[in-house]
Amino acid sequence: MNALQFDALLPYTLLAAASMVVILLIAFRQSHTVIQITGFVLLCAVIAALLKVRALLPVSVMPLFQIDGFALLFTGLLIFSVLIVGLFSYIYFEEREENPKEYYILLFLATLGAAVLTISQHFISLFLGLELLSVSLYALIAYLRNRNNAVEAGMKYLVLAAISSAFLLFGMALIYMDTGSMAFSGIANSMSASPGHSVLFIAGIGIMVVAIGFKLALVPFHLWAADVYEGAPTPVTAFIATVSKIGVFAVLLRFALAIDLRHYPTAITIFSVIAVASMLVGNLLALQQQNIKRLLAYSSIAHFGYLLVAFLPGNTAGVEAAVFYLISYSITLLLAFGVVTLLSTRDRDAGDLAIYHGLFWKKPLVAAVLTIALLSLAGIPLTAGFLAKFFVLTTGVQQHLWFPVIMLVLTSVIGLYYYLRIISTLFGESSPATSPKTLPPFFYFATYAALVAMLLLLFWLGIFPAATVEYVKEILLIR
Amino acid sequence: MILVWMIGILLTGGILCWLLARRNPIFSKWIALLTLVTDLIIIVSIAATATHATIAHDAAATAPAANTPWLIDYRSAWIPSFGISFHLAIDGLSLVLLMLTFFLGTLSVLCSWREVKEKAGFYFFNLLWTLAGISGVFMAMDLFLFYFFWEVMLVPMYFLIAIWGDTNRRYAAYKFFIFTQTGGLLMLLSILALYFIHAQHTGMYSFDYFSLLNSSPGPAAAKWIMGGFLIAFAVKLPVVPFHNWLPDAHSEAPTAGSLILAGLLLKTGAYGIIRFVLTLFPQAAADIAWWAMLFGTIGIVYGALLAFAQTDLKRLIAYTSVSHMGFVLLGIFAFRTIALQGVVMQLLTHGISTGALFVMAGMLKERLHTRDIGKMGGLWTTMPVMGGAAMLFTMASLGLPLLGNFIAEFLILLGTFPVNPTLTVIATLGLILSALYSLRMMQKAFLGPGQGQPPVAPPLKDLTPRELIIMAALGISIIALGLYPQPVIDMVKMTVQNLVTR
Repeated sequence: MNALQFDALLPYTLLAAASMVVILLIAFRQSHTVIQITGFVLLCAVIAALLKVRALLPVSVMPLFQIDGFALLFTGLLIFSVLIVGLFSYIYFEEREENPKEYYILLFLATLGAAVLTISQHFISLFLGLELLSVSLYALIAYLRNRNNAVEAGMKYLVLAAISSAFLLFGMALIYMDTGSMAFSGIANSMSASPGHSVLFIAGIGIMVVAIGFKLALVPFHLWAADVYEGAPTPVTAFIATVSKIGVFAVLLRFALAIDLRHYPTAITIFSVIAVASMLVGNLLALQQQNIKRLLAYSSIAHFGYLLVAFLPGNTAGVEAAVFYLISYSITLLLAFGVVTLLSTRDRDAGDLAIYHGLFWKKPLVAAVLTIALLSLAGIPLTAGFLAKFFVLTTGVQQHLWFPVIMLVLTSVIGLYYYLRIISTLFGESSPATSPKTLPPFFYFATYAALVAMLLLLFWLGIFPAATVEYVKEILLIR
Repeated sequence: MILVWMIGILLTGGILCWLLARRNPIFSKWIALLTLVTDLIIIVSIAATATHATIAHDAAATAPAANTPWLIDYRSAWIPSFGISFHLAIDGLSLVLLMLTFFLGTLSVLCSWREVKEKAGFYFFNLLWTLAGISGVFMAMDLFLFYFFWEVMLVPMYFLIAIWGDTNRRYAAYKFFIFTQTGGLLMLLSILALYFIHAQHTGMYSFDYFSLLNSSPGPAAAKWIMGGFLIAFAVKLPVVPFHNWLPDAHSEAPTAGSLILAGLLLKTGAYGIIRFVLTLFPQAAADIAWWAMLFGTIGIVYGALLAFAQTDLKRLIAYTSVSHMGFVLLGIFAFRTIALQGVVMQLLTHGISTGALFVMAGMLKERLHTRDIGKMGGLWTTMPVMGGAAMLFTMASLGLPLLGNFIAEFLILLGTFPVNPTLTVIATLGLILSALYSLRMMQKAFLGPGQGQPPVAPPLKDLTPRELIIMAALGISIIALGLYPQPVIDMVKMTVQNLVTR
């Protein structure tokens, strides 16, 4: 490993160091606040490092990593999301757990796993990243161990994730057997050297899809999603919905681009079916949910179905659309989960829709944030969600993927119904006010400020997307 | 730039209403009124200069090169990498509809002056933003922008119905939103398809209306793409199989909401067909003209019959809209100058007359707390002024000469007769039905013996000065349009002729 490679890996080493620093801080008995602030500073340092290494790229760290514009973009998005999740975590855990410090170690480790996924170009690094992410998540989900459904959710995730890892390994083994390589580029070379669709290869891809589908909660591997979303502490739910999915999607996208997946009709058919099934099932199951966390779980299943439409063409336009979609999706979901976090009380998370009844007349700001987040999820103009959906549709129509595109349109109408249902709950007749909370005002202020900032960002992306689109294009060219 | 200002004023006005309502709810009313009056003044001054210009233009009779119907054109880049620009322009058609928008908008603020007591700031915010969306729709010359405004007018309208509506408001609001959104999304798909086909032919990625005008998708593709547009507009108009949302939304919405729905939102559907369907797909539109006219005629008769069967005053008026919009569809697909001029007249006069009827229904509801015409009766004796106003607008709605609607329907029928005599005859018979339901409504509510009045009820108050102003404004304009429709007909003449000659 030469100096250049070492420099290019700086953001990732910093991220790994962050969890070490937190361990040390705990050893020296520092308070929650100190850990929180240190974590924040470290993450900012990671972002600064990302900006700094941009000039060096692309750098390949053979054989495992490839650090290019693509990785930069996805890692940046991950770190941004974790920053916000960390902020939510403070106010969330400060009132529940007397000792929430180890939480941050796990959080940073999981982030590292997701970040490793974005740069991996080899099955080994893929597996390492994925396991790092999953294992941290087992503990994170069940972190509030006094709650029954948290432990249940943790167990559920553990068992299913372990099985899906086994599938992943088996699929990798099959592909390795067929092509003799575990590096993405090696697989691609071997495939182009011997055209014709080997059964082993397709079987390997198919089996890997199970594992990836599990992580992204795509139908039919979505069964864990609602329970885990509901049971996990709200910041962790936000983490699963954004960071973990973005990381896995990044590696899937890189793999598909590397081996030119679009030239395998079988694989494309599999992904189309999964996409359509996710849109349909996600939206239909969300219709009758009475718990906002479960509802968001199903909604995010549907959203990854939409996202796959941008993934199917396997071209640059598709990648750009996917990146924009993920940006707007993570901002939106973080907004929504931020509201849930703010409304959660010591005893239980604010999942039940009844809590939201008439919220607009009691807490207009919070309710407005949630309303706009939901409108963005529904893809209504002025918000980023609309343009994201528009870009995805654009790539789909361009490639004449008529069936998935029309399904996207029709299922978003179904989606509209349940988003409107929550919104009209928010604007309903108000119920008696809830008791105010007593917590350090600074972090409340910070959380509100973050919510408002993200809200403005959502509008900015929805009204003036040109700058962002250009920036994404420019960075993606670094490869 | 003035066009951007008009939308901008509405948007900022809306935000101000919301913010200042906390200080004092009175502010928001006045701000809303001020905003709309400003816009109304702007558009009227544009119209005044435009008429002068056309007169001068006629006198000069210059070369056909200068013969453009576009009065004002504003354009700036928005998302250049996708060929999306912020392109607003108005011609005579847009101008007329914008005048209607701001006119009815002002009245809608006036008629919610007392009705809305709770959450007034947010109410006026939604009202102004809906109007901003509607005026954007009438101005946008970039298909992406058009879709954008199309959706912007939807969400605040949803809130208007869902928060300030009547008992069954939630159901009505869902239905309204989901119906229109489905149509809208299909339209978005069509827009995208057109965009890519255009790019394939010319290599230029653009959503601009004027460059898309030159694209010629193949006949089969054109049919599908037009289908997407047509569904969106047919839901809004509404054409009969898609009219289901309308009675619910209209009857549950607050008075101003009904006024905007009937007076303006339906017009966006007609505007869309005239502006986009006819010009972008002339051939495909001609192919389905017969069917469209058939559906128009069905709408006329079916709407009238259902209106006759209603007991709920607002639902009754809502169904008359279905019937009147049938005339619009019939007239558009006749492809005759006269018929299209009639259509524009119909859009205006229907907006005014039906809007007035909804306002009146709102006033009655405020006084009687019911919309059931079975429980009314003999109101003329207690409220003679309102009775008179009601008589005027009912007569307008059934197409009595002297009043605007007569001119509109007459022109439409005149234009369609040479194209399709059979359907025209059936449509004309529809006018008899309209007399039937209008007179029934009038008779049940205002004439006959008074009934069902609770004994202790205080005597009903006749129109207050504010209500009188609203009614007078509407009444004067409907009579003026009936007596002297020439300015409107002139103003849209050039646009319409361009349509027919294409």
